[in-house]
Amino acid sequence: MTQALNIDQSVFARRKRANKIGLVLSMMAMGLGMIFLVWILAVLFIKGFSAINLHLFTASTPAPGSEGGGLANAIVGSLMLIASCTLISTPVGVLAGLYLSEYGDRSKVAAVTRFVTDIMLSAPSIVIGLFVYALMVAQVEHFSGWAGTIALALIAVPVVVRTTENMLRLVPGSLREAAYALGAPKWKVAFMITLRAAQSGIMTGILLALARVSGETAPLLFTALSNQFFSTNMNAPMANLPVVIFQFAMSPYDNWVSLAWGGSLLITFAVLGLNILARVVFRDKVQG
Amino acid sequence: MESSYSPGLPSAKAVRIARIQRIQDFLFHRTTQFFSLTVLFALLGIIVSLFINAWPALHEFGPGFFFSDEWDIIGGKFGGLIAIYGTLVSSLIALLIAVPLSFGIAVFLTEICPASLKRPLGIAIELLAAVPSIIYGMFGLFIFAPIFGDYIEPALQTIFGKIPLIGILFSGPTNGIGMLCAGLILAMMILPFIASVMRDVFEIVPPVLKESAYGIGCTTWEVVKRIVLPYTKAGVIGGVMLGLGRALGETMAVTFVIGNARRISPSLFAPGSSIASTLANQFGEAEAGLHFSSLFALGLALFFITFIVLALAKWMLIRMEKNQGLKS
Repeated sequence: MTQALNIDQSVFARRKRANKIGLVLSMMAMGLGMIFLVWILAVLFIKGFSAINLHLFTASTPAPGSEGGGLANAIVGSLMLIASCTLISTPVGVLAGLYLSEYGDRSKVAAVTRFVTDIMLSAPSIVIGLFVYALMVAQVEHFSGWAGTIALALIAVPVVVRTTENMLRLVPGSLREAAYALGAPKWKVAFMITLRAAQSGIMTGILLALARVSGETAPLLFTALSNQFFSTNMNAPMANLPVVIFQFAMSPYDNWVSLAWGGSLLITFAVLGLNILARVVFRDKVQG
Repeated sequence: MESSYSPGLPSAKAVRIARIQRIQDFLFHRTTQFFSLTVLFALLGIIVSLFINAWPALHEFGPGFFFSDEWDIIGGKFGGLIAIYGTLVSSLIALLIAVPLSFGIAVFLTEICPASLKRPLGIAIELLAAVPSIIYGMFGLFIFAPIFGDYIEPALQTIFGKIPLIGILFSGPTNGIGMLCAGLILAMMILPFIASVMRDVFEIVPPVLKESAYGIGCTTWEVVKRIVLPYTKAGVIGGVMLGLGRALGETMAVTFVIGNARRISPSLFAPGSSIASTLANQFGEAEAGLHFSSLFALGLALFFITFIVLALAKWMLIRMEKNQGLKS
């Protein structure tokens, strides 16, 4: 009797030990993840803040070996690229998402599109750069802001498509049916009922797509390239923050490396800000 | 008795409106369909354009291109083995490190974490995923690699260096930048992706299953191991493959820390190069001709590898969703 109890005790102790080890290990994993996040942000703050001053926003990127300089051309270039990318990818993505949610239930093509969109979400961005290079840059034989825009749009569209579809699917069917019962045609239901009900969710998707493309470097390397001078010509090579960071970080000049840190801080804050904004937009709507 | 309502033929006006609406609906259907097909066309366009541009190299070197370690820009001899090896090894290292860590994070977020912390900590992990890859590259090159080379690599060398076979992986000079460092930075990058997929699939385990297990006296760890994990197996593997797909195609972070050396070395400390880093470094300066076309061939190889990995991931996750539909 006592022996049986002893065995039980030892099994019990072993199970409890295994449990404790497992849980402690997973807490440590979580801790490690948080340490990475805090570490990266802290480094960015420390290195980036010393680079941030008024010149960063007013002066253009310096020539090799010269002192000072800023990132004005890169900031403006990035903003223009992102803005034009949003203008293209929003209508394309939202309409494609509408098709998938409103017509895509029984269609084989829609199923394939959905599958491909999910893959394009994680497709290597450098390959998209290669594609746009072959498609546009090689044809007109010069790098251009438009090529960069298309490359970014190819990355943003899948994000918008998938969030739009998911958000439209959350709209209750009874809402659509009520509109149909009043005699509304399908396109009116889609634009005036479904899309409007899912508005904030779709906004979230667009903001997340924006956040995603703001930090993309690889697709811009072979498309927008970069420009040492201030330029707002979308038909010419265009300076942009990520590529400038890439070029400056690898350079031997101290002021370039420092500018790269300043640019990194700007990008990270923009991206994280957009991410948080996207969540706030969505949550407010859901709760309200 | 006659009611005031008389069903009969619809008025001419109603017919006209109905016809207009039918045309509008048709246009709406086709327009949205056209836009959804752009995604498919983009995929086809990528494959076709990569293939056309890669063709001169593939034609010249044949399938041997993917197994040759030559990369002689002046002599015009190219092979993709070094870059393919670098891509696969760095991604493998990343997976080996990131999978257990993200499993731990997912378990923490779903089973251990107090409810009030769940949301903020979940968002923190998602923010880690949102940090642009070039930032990881800067961080890796300027902050992580020096520390890694000065402290961690020598420590690894003293622990594992003497063991036969494994020792060779940790041999050679310790200057931080190299295959192992690239793998570690990649691990940090893909960790949040894998962790959030795992968390999402862990959360769909029906509470009844878990509660029954707790009810017969299981510990939390046993519930995770015996109930949650078997139930979500397909989803977990899908998440891991998704992370692998990301790691394979990652460019900027790897380019900064892999060292960009054109050789295959048995030591993980040695610098190497991946497909993406080769493209980022050489494409801008490549002359039209075999060099240019070989880079496209590398891009094609990268696209195919990631496409297969991501398709498998997606397939696993879809299967998981379907199973869930049957069970509940």
